[in-house]
Amino acid sequence: MSMMLRGLMGACAMTALAVPALAETLTIATVNNGDMIRMQKMTKPFTDANPDIELEWVTLEENVLRQRVTTDIATKGGQYDIVTVGNYEVPIWAKQGWLTALDDMGEDYDAADILPPIAEGLSLDGKLYAAPFYGESAMIMYRTDLMEKAGLEMPERPTWDFVYDAARKMTDKENEVYGICLRGKAGWGENMAFLTSMGASYGAPWFDMEWKPQFSGEAWKKALTDYVAIMTEAGPPGASSNGFNENLALFQTGKCGMWIDATVAASFVSNPEDSTVADKVGYALAPEGEKPQMWLWAWTLAVPSSTDAPEAAKKFVAWATSKAYTEQVAAAEGWANVPPGTRTSLYENPEYQQAAPFAKPTLDSIMSADLKNPTTVEVPYIGTQWVGIPEFQALGTAVGQQFSAALAGQASVDQALQMAQQISEREMAKAGYPK
Amino acid sequence: MARKISNTSRWGFTILAWGVALLIFFPILWTILTSFKSEADAIASPPKFLFFDWTTQNYAEVQSRSPYFRHFMNSVIISVGSTLLGLLIAVPAAWSMAFQPARRTKDLLMWMLSTKMMPAAGVLIPMYLLFRSWGLLDTRLGITVVLMLINLPIIVWMLYTYFREIPSEILEAARMDGASLKNEIVHVLTPMAVPGIASTLLLNVILAWNEAFWTLNLTTSRAAPLTTFIASYSSPEGLFYAKLSAASTMAIAPILILGWFSQKQLVRGLTFGAVK
Repeated sequence: MSMMLRGLMGACAMTALAVPALAETLTIATVNNGDMIRMQKMTKPFTDANPDIELEWVTLEENVLRQRVTTDIATKGGQYDIVTVGNYEVPIWAKQGWLTALDDMGEDYDAADILPPIAEGLSLDGKLYAAPFYGESAMIMYRTDLMEKAGLEMPERPTWDFVYDAARKMTDKENEVYGICLRGKAGWGENMAFLTSMGASYGAPWFDMEWKPQFSGEAWKKALTDYVAIMTEAGPPGASSNGFNENLALFQTGKCGMWIDATVAASFVSNPEDSTVADKVGYALAPEGEKPQMWLWAWTLAVPSSTDAPEAAKKFVAWATSKAYTEQVAAAEGWANVPPGTRTSLYENPEYQQAAPFAKPTLDSIMSADLKNPTTVEVPYIGTQWVGIPEFQALGTAVGQQFSAALAGQASVDQALQMAQQISEREMAKAGYPK
Repeated sequence: MARKISNTSRWGFTILAWGVALLIFFPILWTILTSFKSEADAIASPPKFLFFDWTTQNYAEVQSRSPYFRHFMNSVIISVGSTLLGLLIAVPAAWSMAFQPARRTKDLLMWMLSTKMMPAAGVLIPMYLLFRSWGLLDTRLGITVVLMLINLPIIVWMLYTYFREIPSEILEAARMDGASLKNEIVHVLTPMAVPGIASTLLLNVILAWNEAFWTLNLTTSRAAPLTTFIASYSSPEGLFYAKLSAASTMAIAPILILGWFSQKQLVRGLTFGAVK
């Protein structure tokens, strides 16, 4: 009996000793895009250096991820130790106390190297709440051969009028070549990302300083009229169903003369494995109206305050967003494949400049984005292609449906704007604005 | 008296049946074909049907990126487990409603069915909080119980319909022979309702296998079934159709094979009682 008792006590003691030695598992929620998938395959140096940390990846589609992570963080479910979030969510979540501040990322992290517009969007009260994994702005990708055929030369930053003129001249509907491809699919992150930034460039904000919706203004009318007119005249058929991926497919198969969208698209359209026009693509800054069209998005890694492993999580975030990781990707897969748009040092690197012909317009686009002053008038919110309030996801999608209907010809521009105004007034009143 | 069907009509109906079957199967066929294309071929316009460079690269990529077997086993455990658990509760419930109906049995059945009309998103947060408090997040037990509960009305309704077709005189005869309630259900009713129970079981396994709202929201990695495996291959930025098709084909293959081999049982069960 005493032998058995001693054995049991010994086993208990061994278990107690073994527990601290067990590996800590970090559950990382992420999106399915090329850079994130590459990171999953390249974590060996991190796990080798940190044998006590195991990584468990949960890859989800962007909208599913957003819903899943929001539910978990808001209810303090604690299912994730690291989450991939956009710069739209970071300030809102940080304000709610849902994220851990990342102000102690180690000596060699060099937070000052993060591009200032990106860092600004991820900070609250001077503290960084998420580390940028990659950043993007908007630019024009155009077919150099079609531009030449049209007898035009693309300026470094064209005006909207130049873009419309070029789109008309490049269109050859008989051969299924359309002068311009723009997002038309309804959604706050789809057509409203483009139209919010286009509207801002025309001097059309979402709200005035009293949070009154501004869709009844002349600037919005001009922006939406121009958008619907050029897409009807020089856009592809069924454009109201086209989002980023549909336009990417059209451009890669040689059916778009110009495409204005996220800078991350440049690496896809210039990849000869997938793109039939890879050697005929030129890049220019997004168009200019009353103000340049601004766009700033970053996929970031953040540590929820509900995690029970904040130190290990920070350690991983610091590694994944470090200069060393960039160099590791460059060594394994070439400089053109490193995550772009986050660090100044990357754009100063001559090897990267040589490998990525879209580096300069990308950097210039990011640096010109001003989250606090996206349009010609003062606004109470931050955001270039989104509005930094929690209600924007639902509101943006509802307004996007009206604008998509106008593009599909199911409603006139005036009707769409009137509906957008009504919906916004109702939703903002319901949400208690002005706060 | 059986009606005579002319040869022309027979051919007509055969062609129509094949046409409808092909139409229904076409999306699955297209998914399978796309899974063997490159991403560039997957978006080609006009679409390439059979003449493209066939590749198994997408399957290799999916295998290397995701723990397919773990998701597969979770799907099997969750769908079979929730169905068996559901049957355990639904067989006695349906017996009672079919053979010992009370004044409110019909209302009770309608109420059970009405719970299926409630939008799942409306109860997500309360359910999530309950799961968090009970430590059931990302567990097979938790998701099995939830899927059992959401499919229970369908199981009860199906079994109730089958049981109603069985003459109550047979059960009365068993009782007169001295059969206990347990023996009556286990040895008399159940064997007679096997086709019905089998088709209920199969249908619910399929429903649970395909369930994507609760499985996506209440599981993360350890208990995540094949629905989360598919969801990880959709992307808002970048081409993914070929890889997503490969993942989808791998996810639906087991249930497709199960359906193929059990189709006779399924049809027999679904038409059980229709022809006397």
